Amino acid sequence: MHRKGLDVRSARSSRLLLLAVAVIALLVAPAVLPDYPLSVLTEIVIFSLFVMSLNLLVGYTGLPSLGHSAFFGTGGYAVALLAIRAHLSAIPALIVAVLAGIALALITGPFVLRTSGAYFLILTLSLTQVLFGIVWLWRGMTGGDDGLPGVPRPQLPFLSGVVGSWTNFYYVVLLVVAIAVATLWWVVRSSFGLTLVGIRENERIVEGLGYPTWWTKYIVYILAGGYGALAGGLFAYFKGYVGPGQLSWLTAGEALVMVILGGAGTFWGPVLGATVVLLLRYEVSSFTQRWETILGLVFILAVLFLPEGLARLPDRIRDIRAKGRPAAAPAEQPAAEAVGSTAIAERSEQ
Amino acid sequence: MPINAASVVIGLSYASLLFLISVGLSVVFGLMRFVNLATGALYLVGGYVAWSVANRTDNFWLALPAGALVALVIGVVIERGFLDRLLGKELMQVSLTLGVAYIVADVTRWIWGGDPLRVRAPEALRGSTRIFGSVVPTYRLALIVIGAILAIVVWYLLERTRWGAYVRAGVDDMEMLECLGVNGRRIFSVVFALGALLCGLGGALGTPVTGVSPGIDSQMLLMALIVVVLGGLGSVLGAIVASGVVGMVDNMVRTFWPEASFFVVWVLVALVLIVRPQGLFGRAV
Repeated sequence: MHRKGLDVRSARSSRLLLLAVAVIALLVAPAVLPDYPLSVLTEIVIFSLFVMSLNLLVGYTGLPSLGHSAFFGTGGYAVALLAIRAHLSAIPALIVAVLAGIALALITGPFVLRTSGAYFLILTLSLTQVLFGIVWLWRGMTGGDDGLPGVPRPQLPFLSGVVGSWTNFYYVVLLVVAIAVATLWWVVRSSFGLTLVGIRENERIVEGLGYPTWWTKYIVYILAGGYGALAGGLFAYFKGYVGPGQLSWLTAGEALVMVILGGAGTFWGPVLGATVVLLLRYEVSSFTQRWETILGLVFILAVLFLPEGLARLPDRIRDIRAKGRPAAAPAEQPAAEAVGSTAIAERSEQ
Repeated sequence: MPINAASVVIGLSYASLLFLISVGLSVVFGLMRFVNLATGALYLVGGYVAWSVANRTDNFWLALPAGALVALVIGVVIERGFLDRLLGKELMQVSLTLGVAYIVADVTRWIWGGDPLRVRAPEALRGSTRIFGSVVPTYRLALIVIGAILAIVVWYLLERTRWGAYVRAGVDDMEMLECLGVNGRRIFSVVFALGALLCGLGGALGTPVTGVSPGIDSQMLLMALIVVVLGGLGSVLGAIVASGVVGMVDNMVRTFWPEASFFVVWVLVALVLIVRPQGLFGRAV
């Protein structure tokens, strides 16, 4: 018991160190990176937030959504419309984007939450397809399949003139995402966050303990919608454009794979998943046209060898070292369980 | 004359294709809660292989089984290779079958290029036929007949044979079925393989009508998902009825309001699911 406590503590301090290094690296990145790699990094940061918001549903609560692009696209269109038509500045536009995402979740939540598992998967997919159809048809408002070009990239005023516009925008994104991620951390660490894990592990028991599970799921669906729309708004600024592709279920599918690849139900897993997939896309595509095949192989290999995701790779290696073989046989134990117990163990340490 | 025989024929021939790709998806889901997002990829492969065989041999009737068999092989590889690791884990299923779909889409583009390819209908079925006062393509009529025959065969297999009774029992309660001494895993293998075969056959049959090109895989996957949720997961009758409804509605919307064709079927699905989450013929969720 004592030894385990030590382990947890040293693991935590090494994790804090890692986080500090990552933050510093992100802050100084523009000094080292030319514009193109910096724009890839910007996209990774934005997608990390998007995938984290999906992870709230998929990883923490166990609701497999294949329609999260509905929120990503809603946020994008909200920002683009406000920036182009109303010349609204970034902060109010992003706030409205979040509200739009929340509104969409408020309306659709009661319907999609009647189901779970694979039914939830398909119902969320049809939701995003309906939105896709609306955007496609409502040309006057959304530009149809041409989308809305000409979204101006927001800049931090005190940096303009000091650094280039890509660097400046990168810091805008970093700032917004950092605030969002900090609040997400707080959500996940709260008792509400633990209720989510409980629902994923066994909804009936949590309900039996007196927790309002339906409301909990509704609230987390709304939260995920808000964060997803925020990421979508940033993405519209990043592209300078919003089109129906941002709403497409393929975007949602890709985000879902990022969650799985990184580690569903781990806090930082989505960052790893988004980084690996986007780097693969941009780096591999520079030397071979077959990057989709490689991406597909990565998905399959991940299922075979890393069913718990990249984020749990260090744990697995440690387990293998300690016992000479993997401790939690992934075939029998749901990947999720490991997180739940770790989260609870860590909380009891505090 | 908004609705005439021609539009009915076109709608129903599309419905035949939809039935072929969706019935396997539906029963596989019903049996093992397995979501196969590679369904569209199987359709795509069936179409491309059929195109190649038809071009080499100039024999459409050889192209059909060729397309179906290649899809069957891919299906068996998925099922034998990965399925046991994926049972009950929707996320892993999504990741794996999407991975297969990516690879198939990319490799087929590599082999067959990005241009739409089309197979000519067999000699006997070219041209058109007069029916109820309208002129319709003969091949479309043939598609309806083939679809109807296959629907009856599948229905008979599942509803009137002992083996089919096992399948239906498995959809209701797999554990109970296995307790009674039936090897549910083997039944599932057979269903999965047959589903893949029908998917590939659908792709092969569809090439003279829709052609085959990159992107048709995700389009057909979405249509199959629509049919499956509308009909009710695991129900053959549901797949038959929903294919018909979706095929007809889709075609009608295409005629009157072409831009909205994709949208209207999804609204239909959303409305049905809001009222009946289990679909038209599904059991309670």
